[in-house]
This record gives sequence, structure tokens and C-alpha cells, in this order.
Amino acid sequence: MRTTVPRFLWVPAALAWLLVAIPVAGLVVRVDWPNFLGLVTTPSALAALRLSLETGLATMVLCLLFGGPLAVVLARSSLPGLPFIRSVVLLPLVLPPVVGGLTLLFLFGRTGPVGGFLDREFGITIPFSTGAVVLAQTFVAMPFLVVSLEGALRTAGERYEAVAATLGASPATTLWRVTVPVVLPGLMSGSVLAFARALGEFGATITFAGSLEGTTRTLPLFIYLESESDLDGAVAMSLVLVVVAILVIVVSRTRDLR
Amino acid sequence: MSRLEVDVAVTRGSFALDVSVTVESGEVVAVLGSNGAGKSTFLGALAGLYRPDRGSIALDGRVLDDVPVHKRRVGLLSQSALLFPHLTARDNVAFGPRSTGSRRRVARATADRWLAEVDATALADRRPSELSGGQAQRIAIARALACEPELLLLDEPFAALDVDVTPAIRSLLRRVVRAAGVTTLMVTHDVLDAVVLADRLVVLDAGRVVESGATADVLRRPRSAFAARIAGLDLVPGRSCPEGLRTAEGTVIGGVHPEPVADGEPAVALFSPASVAVYREPPKGSPRTMVPVRLAAMEPHGELVRLRAGVPDGGPGWVDGLAADVTPAAVADLGVDPGDELWFSVKAAEVEVYPAGR
Repeated sequence: MRTTVPRFLWVPAALAWLLVAIPVAGLVVRVDWPNFLGLVTTPSALAALRLSLETGLATMVLCLLFGGPLAVVLARSSLPGLPFIRSVVLLPLVLPPVVGGLTLLFLFGRTGPVGGFLDREFGITIPFSTGAVVLAQTFVAMPFLVVSLEGALRTAGERYEAVAATLGASPATTLWRVTVPVVLPGLMSGSVLAFARALGEFGATITFAGSLEGTTRTLPLFIYLESESDLDGAVAMSLVLVVVAILVIVVSRTRDLR
Repeated sequence: MSRLEVDVAVTRGSFALDVSVTVESGEVVAVLGSNGAGKSTFLGALAGLYRPDRGSIALDGRVLDDVPVHKRRVGLLSQSALLFPHLTARDNVAFGPRSTGSRRRVARATADRWLAEVDATALADRRPSELSGGQAQRIAIARALACEPELLLLDEPFAALDVDVTPAIRSLLRRVVRAAGVTTLMVTHDVLDAVVLADRLVVLDAGRVVESGATADVLRRPRSAFAARIAGLDLVPGRSCPEGLRTAEGTVIGGVHPEPVADGEPAVALFSPASVAVYREPPKGSPRTMVPVRLAAMEPHGELVRLRAGVPDGGPGWVDGLAADVTPAAVADLGVDPGDELWFSVKAAEVEVYPAGR
């Protein structure tokens, strides 16, 4: 059954949609199409694209390796203080990324508690390295995976896991052969969202990792710098990011709908 | 095959369950109870989902209390099939053997054998989303038995099925459970499940066992109001007296004693609703037992109409739920509506008085 939408909602709804759609359309119009290929294949553009994809994938893997187990704990365990633990995980969603970058800098900087230790004992410096980019992106992207995976786990419920146990499957077997396959769509869309969020990260990266070409200058940083000197290059690379973003939405949406 | 001994007490909120049951090796026992009698709590305790406050569960002397669910070797078949949605029917059945260490090929062979056993070989490669409710339940039966459980728990296994497939699945379950010889405990509210499947009945009410015995015996001679109701009989509790049975407040129900009962012993009077006659006014000088009731409900019952009694103002509580089966013509003659005051009447020769409790 379809309900009738009140007429007065149509105008604000259309404005909301246009607010998102028009700037993107404007970007497509503004692109210097004759020189597009040349603009997006300059050595520094390619280096930024490559770095973004690599660190994005690394971030996705880290989110899966650590955020996945965290989502399972949040959805399935009965730890005391679970609401508190969950709110902390969600913090990066509402925190300005610049603040996130600063906190990472204080923790891992050479004078910070962890950074100082790593520097003294192993001679490892994290800030302003590619590792710092991945760390900053993981910080902001982790909640996306945790939230969507926890949601998928809760929706799936524990019924299948209970059945698996009565069939003699150990908790580990149940995890791999029942839980993971059942929540696979949620796991996939969560990973894709985390990847997308990592790809767009700017504030935490520039604060914690800086902007060194080939090492820490990811696509958003490159676009920001270019927009000050060569606007055409910035617009062209922006379009590349838009296309990637649309692909991400298509992939995660079709997964959800199945 | 294993002998199951259960003695558990579970308190959940205001509900207290205290049940002790033994199921002999290879026996099928049905635990019957109305909603809220504690069936699900009991089964949950057996499957390991709730931890009993007191008591123990033992299979052939192997105490299960501290054994994790996956090592109990207790299979569970519930009302929804809960097939793993990402696996084919065959892989669902092979899941148990695979999880307990069988090699892939062996597990597949086991699965195929069980699929044949439940007449579902043709469904082997289907996904659960491509199966009907009845087909899914067949696969679930095969899956539960393919792990060769020492104890099989059935939780209202037909409650969610369409009425027209239930008989086939019920007789299928009977066949495979008998063939496997697995010790089985079923909870249900449907007496037909018990009649078809169970050797023995345990009747649960308000968290306690109110009676138990061979299925046929319990249904022929129930000692509790609930068992009488599921057996389709009227039951009045009281104490034996020479005329039949005297209720707590002094009403005498005329009846016969098929087996000796000492005067004053707790007893129950049993009679069939079909032997109850219904009047608007008590007939003068009738030797029958007359009971004043308030009509609570009328429902179709085969060719007859079942009149369900409620307690009239100031009447005794045991009247509640008594049934009288009368012809539609008789109902039309009486011209009754729910809420009317009526008289239920029954001949002493049709009332049997048995000792209560066993």
C-alpha cells in the first residue's frame, strides 16, 4: 500500500536533492574536457591517486581486521559498559577530523607517550609517513564498518548461531561458516563505506601526516593544493573522486538491496 | 541411544519452573502444556540456552550442566526450520557432520543419505529461499538427525506449517525418529502431535508436572483439567463418595467407580461432553446430576455445537471450561446466547470416577 506524501514536503525535498545534485553537475560542466586526460595523468596526480587507492585499501583491511571483531563483540557480548564502548567508537563520526588528527599527533608524535616510546626503542617515527596516513584514515573510517556490521549482526540475530551450536559447531566454526556468510552483505557494504570514507579523508591526514608528494599527499590534499594554483587540474581530479564515490554507492547499495 | 534424566528448576521473573522427567533410551516423550505452562523454558534449559538455578541434566549418566551447547550432542528442531540461508539443502544437512570433523566427501554422503530418508533428494541443490515451509522443515529434520544426536528436542515442530502439509511432515518425523531410535523429547500444545509421535505424555501446568503416563492412558483417563481438555473430556475434581464424587463445596456428581477408590480419597469425575444434556430450567425429579452454568462460548465441533461453560454468579470454580456437545437443532430450540444461565446435566452411568494423582 502506498501512502500519499503531503504536498508541502515536495518543495523542500526537491531543494535538498538539488543541493547535492547541482554542484556535482556543475563540476561535470566545468571540467576542461579537451585536456581532461592530460590533467588527470600528470605524475603528481597519478602519484596522489595511487597513494589514495593504496592507503584506502590498507585502511579497509585494518578496519576489517580490528573493526570486524569489535562489531562482533558489540553485537554479541554482554560486557558491562557496552553503551559507553559503543559511543567511543562512534566519536570519529561526529568529531572534526582535524581534531582526530591532532589527538593522533599527540599520541604518536615524537614527544607523545606512544610515539616517544617507539622512537626511543625502535627508531620508528610515525607522523608524516604513509603509515600515518593509514592510521589517520582508519581512525575516521572505522565507525562506518563497525556500525554497518553491528547492524547486520543484530538484524541477523543469534538464531542461526544457536542452531549451528546444536549441530555440534564450535564457536569458531560457527563464526566462519555461519555468522560471516550470513552478514556478508553488511560486511561488504561496511568495508566499501570505510574505503570511501578513507578516500575522502583530509583533515586528520593533513594534521597528522602532512602533505608530502608520493608519501602522504592523497587525492583530497592534492586537489586542495591544486585548487590554489591550477584550478583545471583540481576540477578534473575532483571528477575522478566523484566517479569513485558513485561506484562505491552503487556497489554498497546493490549489496544492501539483495 | 541414551537415557535422559532431567531435574531442573528455573526462575525467570515471576515464573518458576520445577520439572523432573526421565526419558528412556529410544523413547519419545511429549511434554504437553497450554501457553505459559513453561514448555519453552524447559526446552531452553535442556538445550543449554538457560542455565537452571538448580538441578541437573544427564544423558546416560553424562552430566550436561557444564557442557557447552556444541558438545552436548543434543539436536534441536524448532517450529521454524532456520536453514542457513547461504547454503544449499545438501550443505545444510552436511553442516553438522562437517562441523564435527567429517571430511567433505563423507559429510556429503551422509547428507545425501538423510535427504533420501526424508524424501528430499530432489531438493538437494536448492537454496532455502527456494523451498516451501514443508520442504524446509523436511531438510531441517534431516539436518538435525544427520549429526546423530544422543537426544533430539522437538519444539512445536509443526506449529508454523500450513495445515495441509502438517500430517505428511508429522508422519515423516514419526518414521525417521523411530528408524533412528533416537531418544526424543517434544514439547507441544497439540494433542495430535503427542498421539502420533509419543510413547509417553508429560503434562505441564504452571511450571510443574501435573501428570504423566503412557499416551493412551493419559488421554483415556486424564487426572488434570488440562489433560482432560486436550483429551476432549470433562473433568471435575473432588473426593470419592459412595454416590460418585463430592466436590470441595459439596456438590455430588453421581458416577460409577470402574476401579476401587476409598471414600474421601482425592478423585476426578470424567465424562464425555457428548453425554451432557443442556436445559434452560432444571427438569423436575430427574435422577441426573444438574450443574448450573453460565454459557461462556459456543464453537462448532464436527457435526455438533460445543457449549463451553463459565462460572455463574456464586458458582464453584470447577464449572469453568466444562463442555457440552449438542446438536445444532437443540441449540436452536434452546435459543441460547453467551451469558445465559443454563443447566448442564449428566447421567451417573456416564460419569467415571478415578483416583486422582498416580
